[in-house]
Amino acid sequence: MTPIVSIWPLAAILVSLLGALPIILAHRQPNLRESWTILIALVKLMIVASLLPGVLQGSSYVFTIAQVIPGVPIELRVDALGMIFALVASSLWLFTSIYSIGYMRALDEHAQTRYYASFAVAISATLGVAFAGNLLTMYLFYEMLSLSTYPLVTHEQNAEARSSGRKYLTYILGTSIGLALPAMMITYSVAGTLDFTSGGILAGKASPELLALLLVLFLFGFAKAGLMPFHGWLPAAMVAPTPVSSFLHGVAVVKAGVFSIFRIIFDILGPETLQSADLGSLITYIASVTLLIASMVALTQDSLKRRLAYSTIGQLAYMVLGAGMLSATGMLGGVMHLAMHAFGKITLFFCAGAIYVASKKKNISQMDGLGRRMPITYLAFFLGSLSIIGMPPLGGFISKWNLLIGAVEGDQLVLVVVLLISSLLNAAYFFPIVYRGFFVPAADGEGDGIKEAPLFCLIPLSVTALVSLALFFYPDTLLKLARMALGI
Amino acid sequence: MKSNLHMYVMAAPLLTAFLVNIFGRTRRKVIAPMVLGALGLSSLLAIVVLKRTLVSGDLSYTAGAWTPPWGIELLVDPLSALMLLLIAAVSFIATFAALPCVERDLQDRQHIFFTLYLILIAGLMGLVLTADAFNLYVMLEITSITTYGLIALGRGRAPLSSFNYIIMGSVAASFYLLGVGYLYLLTGTLNMADIARYLPALQGSAALSTALAFILIGLWIKMAFFPLHGWLPRAYTDAPDGAGVLIAPLMTKVTIYLMVRLMLTFQSPEFPLISMDVRTLVIWAASIGIVCASSLALAQRNLKQMLTYIIIAEVGYMVGGAWLANDQGMTGTLLHIVNDALMTLCLFLAAVAIAYRTGSLHFDNLKGLYRRMPWTMAFFTIGAFAMIGVPPTCGFYSKWYLLLGGIEAGQWEFVVALIFSSLVNAVLFFRIIELAYFGSLQDSEHHAHASAERHEAPWWILSPLALTAVLLIVVGLSTGPLVHNIIRLMIPVGF
Repeated sequence: MTPIVSIWPLAAILVSLLGALPIILAHRQPNLRESWTILIALVKLMIVASLLPGVLQGSSYVFTIAQVIPGVPIELRVDALGMIFALVASSLWLFTSIYSIGYMRALDEHAQTRYYASFAVAISATLGVAFAGNLLTMYLFYEMLSLSTYPLVTHEQNAEARSSGRKYLTYILGTSIGLALPAMMITYSVAGTLDFTSGGILAGKASPELLALLLVLFLFGFAKAGLMPFHGWLPAAMVAPTPVSSFLHGVAVVKAGVFSIFRIIFDILGPETLQSADLGSLITYIASVTLLIASMVALTQDSLKRRLAYSTIGQLAYMVLGAGMLSATGMLGGVMHLAMHAFGKITLFFCAGAIYVASKKKNISQMDGLGRRMPITYLAFFLGSLSIIGMPPLGGFISKWNLLIGAVEGDQLVLVVVLLISSLLNAAYFFPIVYRGFFVPAADGEGDGIKEAPLFCLIPLSVTALVSLALFFYPDTLLKLARMALGI
Repeated sequence: MKSNLHMYVMAAPLLTAFLVNIFGRTRRKVIAPMVLGALGLSSLLAIVVLKRTLVSGDLSYTAGAWTPPWGIELLVDPLSALMLLLIAAVSFIATFAALPCVERDLQDRQHIFFTLYLILIAGLMGLVLTADAFNLYVMLEITSITTYGLIALGRGRAPLSSFNYIIMGSVAASFYLLGVGYLYLLTGTLNMADIARYLPALQGSAALSTALAFILIGLWIKMAFFPLHGWLPRAYTDAPDGAGVLIAPLMTKVTIYLMVRLMLTFQSPEFPLISMDVRTLVIWAASIGIVCASSLALAQRNLKQMLTYIIIAEVGYMVGGAWLANDQGMTGTLLHIVNDALMTLCLFLAAVAIAYRTGSLHFDNLKGLYRRMPWTMAFFTIGAFAMIGVPPTCGFYSKWYLLLGGIEAGQWEFVVALIFSSLVNAVLFFRIIELAYFGSLQDSEHHAHASAERHEAPWWILSPLALTAVLLIVVGLSTGPLVHNIIRLMIPVGF
């Protein structure tokens, strides 16, 4: 179908960008400020949702913001793949906003206005990445996301935050300027365009060697996807307040990285082109190494948030792995995992934050017996971890099942083994937390007076856990979008 | 087309310079309205000139009605009209900030300062307008001498820095003049278009090569092309704040424009004036210059001094881009002249605002600035992002063209140097952003900095800063029309 020119994609991005203003202006009235945040989040979700029916019918919405470079305008285009990411991000932002109120007020954090304003800019950039119509536009919003999240990562403004902030920028900006930018320039000078076109724009234009070079530059250039050895920023960024970790480092930022890699593989380099140059295995090997190492490192982490961070690195590699299989089922699994993991991981982070708010505990070894005092939180944590591990009846099962089928269909035994081992590792680093919570009694006197976190924290984490559950039974819309995105 | 409109653009500041000197001597209050009025008028006229050249082609004015090639011709085409507008607009914006600084630093010498200031602006406009190689030398000297004077008005070591600049500047002027003399001997004319007609017949002559080499070296010293940059950092750092905001954005950029103009006039695809080897050599020099100047910028502990080294690195960008000798590189250079002028203006305005409130630009002094001067720092951040080359600010797009030119020409050393410099810029500016954001960590145990009260820069400095920051984004988003309607027109086909 022909694309429809529509201002709504731009509106979806602008609503939170301009929304930062009333948030800043209301800095003396916290209740008003948070009302703005929730209102903006709701409006944004509504705009994104209003575009969904059209996309499901196969139309796409385009809007050109400015003509900058011949053949490469700054242009928004809403298609099925972008829709998945936008839906996940904008719905989870709503929950995060509610959760933030509970978390930030319970801990009496400083500079909350800056926090909410930066968050609003960051979600604008995220939607920009989702709705970008070409590589240049995506790069623009990708950078905007990197920069707007710096004040969030360094929110604490202490020495640790400063060094984490440095690490964050060094990895993220260093790779995007040093690797992704040149790769984009080379692509432009070879192909003469940067439009996302299904099947890629380099077919027949680039030698296998050049393709391999571009692929490697792009894979590592979008370091938000956390592929090793450019993953170090993610554990460091855990110094941020937990809502930031949950939304940005569980959903928006890291998925923007994976989403960018999807765009590169599906719409710039093209699966067939990669297949014919035999480069799929390069992607899957890089992803497999990251996946296994990250899962093993996660086992050794005592800090709950750091364990979750390493788990995220591993799960991101699953998505890249799926895309790298270059087969219909594999790619479908990769795309589905982007959504499924988002709901699961944000639940886990919300729980980690709730535990911290309620008990001031950060380390798993101190969390004995907490589950009996915070049953709802721990139940949600259990559901979230089941989803990440990929067990029925949770959403994560669907994506991991597709990944496994994809590996079997492609006769890639190595990948089958990797996936199975990794699932075991996932279980090994999640279950002990739940076990300690429910079955290991707390030391004497420990944990007296600890009760569930405030409702503002508790409700969002319960809802996201239930959504993870629901996605197992009703994955149809997501599956349809993913199939449309892949043209299968 | 004959017209004298563009002459008025230049005449407005030139005539006002003398009026300021006469009337400003006794009544200081008249200085501000006169200077702003003249530059405002200039800017408006420059817009009209640009529009007119786009509609009806080049405008020409001959001084004293002597017809070229004998008379002096002031010629304006869309590209020089763009430069004219750039000079007029940048100086108009910069003047708002210059006024309060000069009022504070040079109370009873304000009229002297603004006389020199306006003559300098008129000289810069003359450089862009003139079509005569010798007249160009005269304009070059007018701008240089006024700059020496302005810098020497600064405090501390300023006279010494100015003297250093005088020596280097005079050497440069001699080189340029010698080159023009050779050309005159060879062709018997001084009108640039006329010279260009005789050049193909002279191809391969040693005298011609010498002439061009002298002219280029002269211009390279004036634009502080590495390694001929030694005079620039101290001169720009020690200049009074009011002069720095004007000189730093414009001087080097206008000189680069002159180099480009000479290259475009003298060269044609059938007649490659300069051999491939020389070209590669210059691009290598530019690449090494970019890397060295960026590295030197890392070693600075003073904001203004750091900015001066960034200027030198940017000169390397533009010289390299022009010598790539392809469409993309030349587009990148011309676009970067506009963008870099605006970025430098933005950063220098921010530096002036900070210096106005805190007194020093040493890094130790920048701690906690986001709390003390939030608006200034917000605009500084936009300028910094433009310098790093973050889209959608304008710095990204010119870098895009430069990189593309480098890739197409296969000059990978230039591509690597550009990317290296972008990364260094990121380090440089985030170091400052970090200092300004975190404050001193000792007292951040309790998050409140009770001691650091909010003390924003005065409106006279803040409003031009805000305007420039907005311009960085607006110009960035209108890159397409700018390149398509003006810059590409001026680059000959198959260049």
